Amino acid sequence: MIPLSHYLVLGAALFCIAVAGVFLNRKNVIVLLMAIELMLLAVNTNFVAFARYLGDTTGQVFVFFVLTVAAAEAAIGLAILVVLFRNRGSINVDDMDRMKG
Amino acid sequence: MALSFEEFLFYAFGAVLLAAALGVITARNPVHSVLFLVLAFFTSAALWLLMEAEFLALTLVLVYVGAVMVLFLFVVMMLDIDLAALRAGFARYLPLGLAVAAIIVWEMASVLGPARFGPQRVQAPPAHAAGYSNTKALGETLYTEHLYAFEVAALILLVAIVAAIALTLRRRPDVKRQDPARQVRVRRRGRVRLVRLPPAGEGEG
Repeated sequence: MIPLSHYLVLGAALFCIAVAGVFLNRKNVIVLLMAIELMLLAVNTNFVAFARYLGDTTGQVFVFFVLTVAAAEAAIGLAILVVLFRNRGSINVDDMDRMKG
Repeated sequence: MALSFEEFLFYAFGAVLLAAALGVITARNPVHSVLFLVLAFFTSAALWLLMEAEFLALTLVLVYVGAVMVLFLFVVMMLDIDLAALRAGFARYLPLGLAVAAIIVWEMASVLGPARFGPQRVQAPPAHAAGYSNTKALGETLYTEHLYAFEVAALILLVAIVAAIALTLRRRPDVKRQDPARQVRVRRRGRVRLVRLPPAGEGEG
């Protein structure tokens, strides 16, 4: 039987790869969105592991809601990306300075 | 120490998952990144099956790989991206990114490792009986205790649909299109004008 710590360390490693992806691809918005999806996947893996080892279905219900919100976030994020590309002709993060923030 | 079959599956899927995640963040082409992400989702679904979360594993494959990742693929292929400009700075940030990731992994592993969450501290529960239905158990919790949250999730999806359509819908003024409401509203007075002409032959002569 696999101990709980194996799943937790696997989730931590996955999360950190996604964090490194945000560092490395900080100009490419599409890869940034994919790194966020990877982070959510790592968090969901932890939720499923705890739901299994504590014997509580609520963790799986939470994964269900995280999946829902992540799908909505991906749809809206990609829509914003398409509009941005249509207006600026680029998805480089450095070009997104029109609001002078 | 011989690995049991379950441990072998865990290590195999875990290795594939981490390799796919590394592929997502290092692939040169965004299409390859999306395909690596699909592989990561599939492998995660297999790991969730190992943890007896069957419904969520299948949902991950159907909803994520089937819908969200296809949306990603469409968008990546639709945009004409200048890859060289986006890759600039990759090598510059590589040492810092790897250092930060390694430190976070070490910190989290030391907290979440076997000392606190090992088999001595958290007992592995027995596997469910053969007739156990994960979908039924999940549905019983979801539709009773978490009913309001479920309806809020439906609302969030509706808002996401409306937002995505409203953001990407484009009104093009240079294209002629039909407006059925205006067509229906047309009255005779707006279209036909009766002109009283002098009778023919009166003017000549």
